[in-house]
Amino acid sequence: MQRRSFLKAGLLGGLALAAGGAVYRQLRPAAAERFALDAEGRTMLAVLIPAVTGETPDAAALQAAIDRVGTAINGLPLRVQKEISDLFGLLSMAPTRRLLAGVPAWPEATPEQVAAFLQSWRTHRTEMLQTAYHGLHDLVIGGWYAEPSTWAAIGYPGPMKELSA
Amino acid sequence: MSSPIPDPIQAGIAAGWQVIDASTLQQDRGFDADVVVVGTGAGGGVTAEILARAGLKVLMVEEGALKSSKDFKMREADAYPALYQDSAARKTADKAINILQGRTVGGTTVVNWTSSFRTPADTLGWWQSKYGLHDYSVDGMAPWFRKMEERLHINDWPTPPNAGNDLLRMGADKLGIKTALIRRNVNGCWNLGYCGMGCPTNAKQSMLVTTIPGALEKGAVLLTRARAERFALVGGQATSLECLALTADGMAPTGRRLTLKARHFVVAGGAINSPALLLRSGAPDPHQLLGQRTFLHPVVISMGLYPQAVEAFNGAPQTVYSDHFLHTQALDGPMGYKLEVAPLHPVLGATTLAGFGSAHAGLMKHFAHVQGMLALLRDGFHPEASGGRVTLRGDGSPQLDYPLTPYFWEGARRALLTMAEIQFAAGSHAVSPVHELVAQPYKNWDEARQAIAVLPMQKLLTRVVSAHVMGGCAMTGDAATGVVAPDGLYRGIGNLSVHDGSLFPTSIGANPQLSIYGVTARLASGLAERLARKA
Repeated sequence: MQRRSFLKAGLLGGLALAAGGAVYRQLRPAAAERFALDAEGRTMLAVLIPAVTGETPDAAALQAAIDRVGTAINGLPLRVQKEISDLFGLLSMAPTRRLLAGVPAWPEATPEQVAAFLQSWRTHRTEMLQTAYHGLHDLVIGGWYAEPSTWAAIGYPGPMKELSA
Repeated sequence: MSSPIPDPIQAGIAAGWQVIDASTLQQDRGFDADVVVVGTGAGGGVTAEILARAGLKVLMVEEGALKSSKDFKMREADAYPALYQDSAARKTADKAINILQGRTVGGTTVVNWTSSFRTPADTLGWWQSKYGLHDYSVDGMAPWFRKMEERLHINDWPTPPNAGNDLLRMGADKLGIKTALIRRNVNGCWNLGYCGMGCPTNAKQSMLVTTIPGALEKGAVLLTRARAERFALVGGQATSLECLALTADGMAPTGRRLTLKARHFVVAGGAINSPALLLRSGAPDPHQLLGQRTFLHPVVISMGLYPQAVEAFNGAPQTVYSDHFLHTQALDGPMGYKLEVAPLHPVLGATTLAGFGSAHAGLMKHFAHVQGMLALLRDGFHPEASGGRVTLRGDGSPQLDYPLTPYFWEGARRALLTMAEIQFAAGSHAVSPVHELVAQPYKNWDEARQAIAVLPMQKLLTRVVSAHVMGGCAMTGDAATGVVAPDGLYRGIGNLSVHDGSLFPTSIGANPQLSIYGVTARLASGLAERLARKA
């Protein structure tokens, strides 16, 4: 994905993200307000978690991390869960994903494409894409480091065992 | 295994405290009391105890759940969803500012970092001269601060600062910048460093273990998982408060309604929820002031990496501060800031560090060597720092708009420069302002000075956070500038008071808990006297 394409996406991005959410909701069966992590969402997170955290978990650790991101989302207010459902929908549907993120199907995306997508949204002039980057950043990284097995690598001993059991 | 620490809340419930979890109610209910107190944080807790001790029948209403030391396991993944508004991710309407605010019995006092400051003299002086709060002098407030300091064990903290706080002291000292030690509301503190996840040893003297038990001992009733929805206002009086019972996880209403009747109502839901409740109720607001001038002490952050271990997760989180840059210019001049240090645990620390991929992972490898320094900018004293505004979404929930002005950004840039200079002076070999365009940490002060001078100061690029929400129901001497009178009464509703941080006509310029305790202790004592006379 070239920088120029991102700029074009920027012109449309805000509108597409706003309208796309509504379209997406029309195309899908009426979902409960609570965010539900579906197979498409899991596929995307399987790519985003290593890309955002810079870690390379094995398959079991990756699945556990995906579950933790889902749990973190389910702890947010229903209104925010709905926004995240829309974001996941847009990043799962091929046309909107290509337009907004410039990546092919998630399993086929190269690390460079994923990094370019993240960096583009991180500094995008469309505020909504910037806030979406921050949302993904915090959810993925928060979900990752919530897990005690990630702590040894960063020199965090965890809380006093006698009081945390 | 359960905690070896005795849990005073469980003991109290076993001894017969009247606590009702609204999530379990199977039908609509009505309650009567002398006074209904909405919210159980700093303002609500203090008010409930003083009124209950005066012999009044008090009903406390809290949207959060009742959690206590048996639940406080020092794990971020559990603590943030259970104890904070929006899982510790409450945000301004544009999502540019993340706000840490409690949502549990005891409110933010359960999760704050115990920093205790009396309201600064220059802030009180400003309120006296600009907002007609003539009784709010240093001498006039001193007995109230003293009373609450005694009640909440607010004292000097004799244990040496942890490494992160000591680096602030040391770096500032090298530059001739004065620092001082922070007093704390703790009793028998173990110096663990987990104040932000609920104190597991009950050492922190939050409302949960002090005033709320004090009120319950005197026969007060505590209603949890109940959201105050709307007052019925008739002829300048509040006749009842309608509440919605929430599900056990606090996510949604169960459909059960609670109708609370009382002689008097006290609103103490914090500076976002209090104005919102009054807006939903259609409270009189002839000058369009309600929900306006909401202050945040917006915070910018600088991360310093040190050769030695800092272990910012260990020890009392905040023990050293500097007010130097609150006094280098006029109160209403360029924006002043207070310097403090943040505790860093993996989730809070890792999400606050900017960037992704190998750059982020590389910084996390040195997590135990990182010190996070904070600059809290003092808003509310300059025309371009008039704060934000609480409004209602279509569903009646509150949202806060808080514009970040060029005036703020000028102060933010100075604050980031100051923090980098102090961190390098303290021996850091790599400093990163938390900003999306800082690709690599700066290696020395010269590099940092040149880079920060031209760093674009913009929302969503520069990380801005807040843990102090104030204002929105300003208390002033003149009806043209504030919706609340100096005795705490809401103007135009004869039996409704506001007792929380939303009263403040400006920000405090210091961590606000002791300001809320002192001001609301004074207001609640006055209210207790007035209600006793009328009885």
